[in-house]
Amino acid sequence: MIINQFLVLAALLFSIGIYGVLVRRNAVLVLLSIELMLTAVNINLVAFGSYIQDTLRSGQVFALFVITVAAAEVGIGLAIVVLVFRNRASANVDELDLMRW
Amino acid sequence: MTHLLLAYAGEAAHEVAQLSDGGTLARYAWLIPVVPLVAMFAIVFVGKRLPMKGWELAEAAMAFVAVYGVVLLIANASTGISYESSVEIARIGSYVIEWGWVVDGLSIMMYAVVGVVGLAVFTYAKGYMEGDVRFTWFFAAFTMFAGAMLVLVSAANMIQLIVGWELVGLASYLLIGHYWEDHENNAAATKAFLTNKIADVGLFVGVIIIGVTVGSFRFDAVLGAVADGNSALARVAFWAGLAIFIGAMGKSAQFPFHVWLPDAMAGPTPVSSLMHAATMVTAGVYLLGRMFPLFQTEGFATDVKAIIIVVGAITLFATGLIALVQDDIKKVLAYSTLSQLGYMTVAMGAGAYTAGLFHLFTHAFFKGLLFLCAGSVIHAVHSNNMSDMGGLRKSMPWTFRTFVIGSLALAGIFPLAGFWSKDEILASVQFDASGSGGAIASVVLVVAIAGAFVTAFYMARAVYLTFFGEYQGHAHPHESPRVMTYPLIGLGALSIVAGFANVPGVYEGFTRWLAARPFSMGDHHFESINYALAGIGLAVALAGVALGTRLWYRDAATQRERDRFRVPVLYPLLEHKYYIDDFYLRGVIEPIKGPIARFVDWTNTNLIDAVVNGFGGVARLAARFVYGGLDQRVIDLAINAVAGGTSEAGEALRHTTTGRVQQYAGALFAGAVLLVVGFLIFT
Amino acid sequence: MDWGNWFSDANNVVFLVVALVMVAASVRVVTSPNVVHSALMLVIALAGAAGLFLMLGAEFVAWTLVLVYIGAVIVLFLFGIMITRAPTGRDPGRLDHARRWPAAVVALGTFVTIATVTTLAFEDRPVSGAVTSGGDLGEVLFNRYVIPFEAVSFVLLAALIGGIVLARKDPER
Repeated sequence: MIINQFLVLAALLFSIGIYGVLVRRNAVLVLLSIELMLTAVNINLVAFGSYIQDTLRSGQVFALFVITVAAAEVGIGLAIVVLVFRNRASANVDELDLMRW
Repeated sequence: MTHLLLAYAGEAAHEVAQLSDGGTLARYAWLIPVVPLVAMFAIVFVGKRLPMKGWELAEAAMAFVAVYGVVLLIANASTGISYESSVEIARIGSYVIEWGWVVDGLSIMMYAVVGVVGLAVFTYAKGYMEGDVRFTWFFAAFTMFAGAMLVLVSAANMIQLIVGWELVGLASYLLIGHYWEDHENNAAATKAFLTNKIADVGLFVGVIIIGVTVGSFRFDAVLGAVADGNSALARVAFWAGLAIFIGAMGKSAQFPFHVWLPDAMAGPTPVSSLMHAATMVTAGVYLLGRMFPLFQTEGFATDVKAIIIVVGAITLFATGLIALVQDDIKKVLAYSTLSQLGYMTVAMGAGAYTAGLFHLFTHAFFKGLLFLCAGSVIHAVHSNNMSDMGGLRKSMPWTFRTFVIGSLALAGIFPLAGFWSKDEILASVQFDASGSGGAIASVVLVVAIAGAFVTAFYMARAVYLTFFGEYQGHAHPHESPRVMTYPLIGLGALSIVAGFANVPGVYEGFTRWLAARPFSMGDHHFESINYALAGIGLAVALAGVALGTRLWYRDAATQRERDRFRVPVLYPLLEHKYYIDDFYLRGVIEPIKGPIARFVDWTNTNLIDAVVNGFGGVARLAARFVYGGLDQRVIDLAINAVAGGTSEAGEALRHTTTGRVQQYAGALFAGAVLLVVGFLIFT
Repeated sequence: MDWGNWFSDANNVVFLVVALVMVAASVRVVTSPNVVHSALMLVIALAGAAGLFLMLGAEFVAWTLVLVYIGAVIVLFLFGIMITRAPTGRDPGRLDHARRWPAAVVALGTFVTIATVTTLAFEDRPVSGAVTSGGDLGEVLFNRYVIPFEAVSFVLLAALIGGIVLARKDPER
């Protein structure tokens, strides 16, 4: 196994995630795409951790932290989505344009 | 953390006794400054919601300090305690910033004084400040003062001392300006603050000189360097000692920095009592005591002592006389405080460590008491002026009794507290006159004895004008509530007995308490009472009382007759406080303000206006050509083009702000990619 | 790079299969017209990621991923989908923007950039599949990384409270 195969796969997942974030209208789906990007990051972290053979296992530890923070992010994100839905009867991101010119 | 227990044997007049490290009691002494500071924050955050609006927290903190201080004092009296500990906070180069606490004779004495007098004053303030709109705020600031004062006292290094020093200054500012609705009070607060700041420059300079020379800001390092005869320190010792004394002059209101203290009476009376009589203003004397070996050890700052003793003598006599002509009872006491601080300074200048601090100790009780009595009277008659008082001895019996006790103690009448401490100072000055002090000390001795006469004289005046004769005011005076009279009685009792803490040849507890320090102070100690000097001191005090009685006792009937001290030349001079304030205003502040303002004005009218007018004329001519020739044709075109372009661009770019998050995100990622690509290409 | 050699390693064949499944699932996550399908496809992608972690010896992380994501987060997503009544039928026009191509260009640009940079930087350096035991990881986590650990737990607590505060119905309205 070489490190690059993991990195390229992660890049691919990350880019797919970006595409999803940019193209999806529904806020829940945007959050799903963000999870995809975070997973790509985790793959990178664990792969680099294996590559440098760190005795502190920092790659894996930080992957754990990312998972935790991602869980928190999903919780808050979904709460916001629910709140927005309750106020505007829609969870579509492109309808939230109060900040426009 | 270091734990220091050193006894530098030296040519001590009295040997440093066997010292203990104080055990648990000393190790937890850091609580003494911390508890009031914590209480301060608690009062700020929850004080208003408590049943007594935060007073109970302040009182509890002071009770803690008082009990801890007294317990330490007792422990120190049985076995001398010398303990010191520091926690490193930061390291800047080779200099270490530390938080420390010192538990030795000197600081224990201060803990006890701040705690006991503070407890009395805080109790009293509950009654005095009742109904005040900023009651909670008052106690928050007052508790902060107590904490800051204890930080100052417990300081193991000069940096921490400065922190406490400035914090008490801040508390002083806040509390003098407590009634800020009146502009005068704000002005008084600012004056106190700025006067102290000027003197503080001296303290900073001194601390920096010493700290850089010794390489450490810790008192034990500095005093250790003195004990070891550090030659580098010896070279700068005079200037460092002088600078530190200037700092002490500001806080302890010595001439010529004394002007702030009388104005500071604008604050509530409990503040005047605790801060501007008993504790804060003694910080300067405390600092001199803390650094005492620097001034006392041969080869160091011994020359500064001559300056110290002269400044103290001027202060003690000059301000004592001003007290004679004041009508405001608090101002009488304020000038009296200045005078007594002068005594302490004289003692320090005479090399009498114990005598100076002993006077600090006794003075804290009786002057705190006198201020509280004055507050009680003011509370009753709703005026500060003695011309509105008179005849109050019947309606306010307890205030009257305690005020008399305080006055007698201050006047130095046997056997009250002031007698012993003042006598010890006189004896020290006499000893100094026979030794290194020389002729200066002989003159100072005469001045100090004369000062004792003046002290008795003005206190007699205050007592008679306030409590004897006919009542002159309009309000209906009545005795203050118990919460105010009990502290008076407590402090009155202490004013009677505090002097017995140090009776030469009989009981020398105070001397031993103060000797509990790792360094020998090298001051002189008296084996027995100097009866001749004590007799002279008592005689002049009695003469002062007698003269006061003669002048004011009988003829208090009519308003015009009441104040009879109107000596032709002296009276106007004293009335205007020797014109020192006027000198500062007209001689220092206005010359700085005036000429600069005039110069700027002159420059403005003559130079700048000429230039401006010249330019104006030329410009008018040019303008005509420019307007006709250039402006209408070339520039308008350009400007219209630019404006139009901006407008068009804005209109176009406006639409990029779509408010759609995903477009922004797309731009973000695209931008990031472009940056990386650009980075790869160009490197 | 010697592709023949690369294929001769069984691990790499497994990797290739897993990677292809992950990519396919991911693409479906972002293109599926059905919201619930998207969520389920994410499960597959994450399961693939857990497989990769196992290959890299990161067992604990792999199982955490399975437990936390597949067990909890996806359930949360499904609830979110239900609560917000996201369209669950075939209706691509309402789920996606009309302009997909700019997004695709940005995504492709990102992929090309990252892939190029990493390929240039790391070429074919090997990674080991040496297993890290849960014990080892725990030891590091609670010694060296205990403060970040506590901080992250605090973040979780804050998120918990924040989620409740945000999603709760305002009693006054």
